[in-house]
Amino acid sequence: MKKNNKSCFLKGMRDGIPISLGYLAVAFTLGIAAKNAGFTPFQAMLTSLTINASAGEFAGFTLIASGAGYLEVALMEIIANARYLLMSCALSQKLPSNTSVLHRMLIGFDVTDEIFGVSMAVEGALNPFYTYGVILVAAPGWALGTYLGVLMGNLLPVRIVSALSVGLYGMFLAVIIPPARKSKIIAAVIVISMAASYAFTRIPLISQIPDGTRTILLTLLISGAAALLFPVKEENADAS
Amino acid sequence: MHHNVYIYIAVMAGVTYLIRMLPLTLIRKEIKNKFIRSFLYYVPYVTLAVMTFPSILSATGSVWSAWAALAVGIILAWFGQSLLTVSVAACLTVFVLELFIV
Repeated sequence: MKKNNKSCFLKGMRDGIPISLGYLAVAFTLGIAAKNAGFTPFQAMLTSLTINASAGEFAGFTLIASGAGYLEVALMEIIANARYLLMSCALSQKLPSNTSVLHRMLIGFDVTDEIFGVSMAVEGALNPFYTYGVILVAAPGWALGTYLGVLMGNLLPVRIVSALSVGLYGMFLAVIIPPARKSKIIAAVIVISMAASYAFTRIPLISQIPDGTRTILLTLLISGAAALLFPVKEENADAS
Repeated sequence: MHHNVYIYIAVMAGVTYLIRMLPLTLIRKEIKNKFIRSFLYYVPYVTLAVMTFPSILSATGSVWSAWAALAVGIILAWFGQSLLTVSVAACLTVFVLELFIV
């Protein structure tokens, strides 16, 4: 068991490298928003270390810059981060049911789109040490990127920022595409999700829906429809 | 009213942590309900797909480099390449293409 924890931890650290690099780039632009809200580099880094949420932090900085109160900021965080509620529900089923509360509380600290994605992609049940490995490498990238963003503003060459910003999407693809090769249903779910997401950004009025809310709406609708039409057989659900 | 930056940070961190931590700690047992199990099974695919497209198209300096990165990412992932490989290849695709088209 000890040895298994160690190898899971190391694998997590390796999978955390691309996440960390992607975070560095994305957080850099986040740092610019923090600067506009009057945050010092240290305060922005502290925000990133304790919150670990791109949309949530961005929305927060924007509100704070406009002089919003604490309650408004709290409500905004609930809306911008509501998708993590769904992700944590899914993660709760990926953990062995005898996982201790302490492990659950520690993982809950850093359920991000990316860390959720790689944690769900491991084969079989999730060993918390895998997620710790990912967090240990990825979280400093996020915090450091934010720090540098406030400090250096727009100094990083545009070409580099542009290239790094697809890194996170590349990771998402590496998580969702391999299972799609094995299952036509998953492949269809992915194609429908992307098409619906595209439509939502194009259709008048609906295109006004903020990104985070769009993600929640479509996740509820499409996952719900797929669950009704194609209920997962037991062994499949276990291997998810 | 004067607002304190550290209280802002504490409010954001507290709310965000609760959203993530509560489902993990409250749902201790394996969910037996077939619909909920199936629903949660599909959640990651839908969420990640929705967040990838079309957002990727506006992430780079040119729509064409983004499309190329998307194609390269899907092909490499299809053939089972690791997270790191797919991710770095997508970045390199954008970097190299944008040397010519931006």
